Amino acid sequence: MITLNGQASEVPAGETVAEALGRLGVSPQRRGVAVAVDGEVVPRGEWESFVLAEDARMEVLTAMQGG
Amino acid sequence: MSTPSRSAHNGAAPPADALTIAGRELHSRLLLGTGGFSSLELLRDAIAASGSELVTVALRRIDPDARGSLTDVLSQCGVELLPNTAGCHTARDAVLTARLAREAFATDWIKLEVIGDEDTLLPDAPELLRAAEELVDEGFVVLPYTTDDPVLARRLVDVGCAAVMPLGSPIGSGMGIRNPYNIALIREAVDVPVVLDAGIGTASDAALAMELGCDAVMAASAIARAQDPERMARAMRAAVQAGRLARTAGRIPRRRYATASSPREGLAEFT
Repeated sequence: MITLNGQASEVPAGETVAEALGRLGVSPQRRGVAVAVDGEVVPRGEWESFVLAEDARMEVLTAMQGG
Repeated sequence: MSTPSRSAHNGAAPPADALTIAGRELHSRLLLGTGGFSSLELLRDAIAASGSELVTVALRRIDPDARGSLTDVLSQCGVELLPNTAGCHTARDAVLTARLAREAFATDWIKLEVIGDEDTLLPDAPELLRAAEELVDEGFVVLPYTTDDPVLARRLVDVGCAAVMPLGSPIGSGMGIRNPYNIALIREAVDVPVVLDAGIGTASDAALAMELGCDAVMAASAIARAQDPERMARAMRAAVQAGRLARTAGRIPRRRYATASSPREGLAEFT
């Protein structure tokens, strides 16, 4: 299982970033979204192919109001 | 310092006096932070009233259930996004956040914040400089939130920052510009735009920043947390324009004693 935005998730290792986004309810077409896995940026163009390893930590970020 | 416009104008409208940062021309010298607005509608109204063309956003974990998309609202407003690295305490985190922001918003611009103290939110100078250098090397247009230290400002420009954003006082404090002398020194010390960031409490603070020679002012809490944010956005817009006009007009020197503004010649003698 992987850790998604700091929470234990149902996403098993072997799924792609795009599949994990789908489980989160985030469309891969949605604008203003960025993904990091284990502290490295995963560019949008690699979401379909990037396979998540066991115990991967995935962060899904977007714009929030801020100074 | 950028050369003030010398073109004739009637005083009612500010002269064409664009600010250029890293090749991008901005006609508003007021940058707006999006934090603190209680609704996206209030934010939209304040952006319109402020005339700002560049607004900051933070990068946070997505909430798939959130109602309304900030990205969409800002896109409808026609403003450019300036992502920040707020909340980062190390150069490493700030650099990663900047890379994610570039990916999310397709912009090389980053407002670099590296915080060194939780109570004051003051910048961590060594980490800031390290992050700035790394991001410039990676091709970012770096606008660092910095202390009011002219030497640090110069070091940040030396590593390639496109502007510097010194604080007037701590973020959200509304204490205005605590050290106007240093802000004026920063203006003299660097040849990139100086954007007064943080501490603005009300319109006169923004005007003072411009009178000191700052090229622009960034306001967030002062507008978002005002009782009437839209009205305060209008006030800030006018203050930035007034301060800029006063700066470029050239103020009179301060003197200790009066200088009569009426002629002494022709004075009547009554006794």
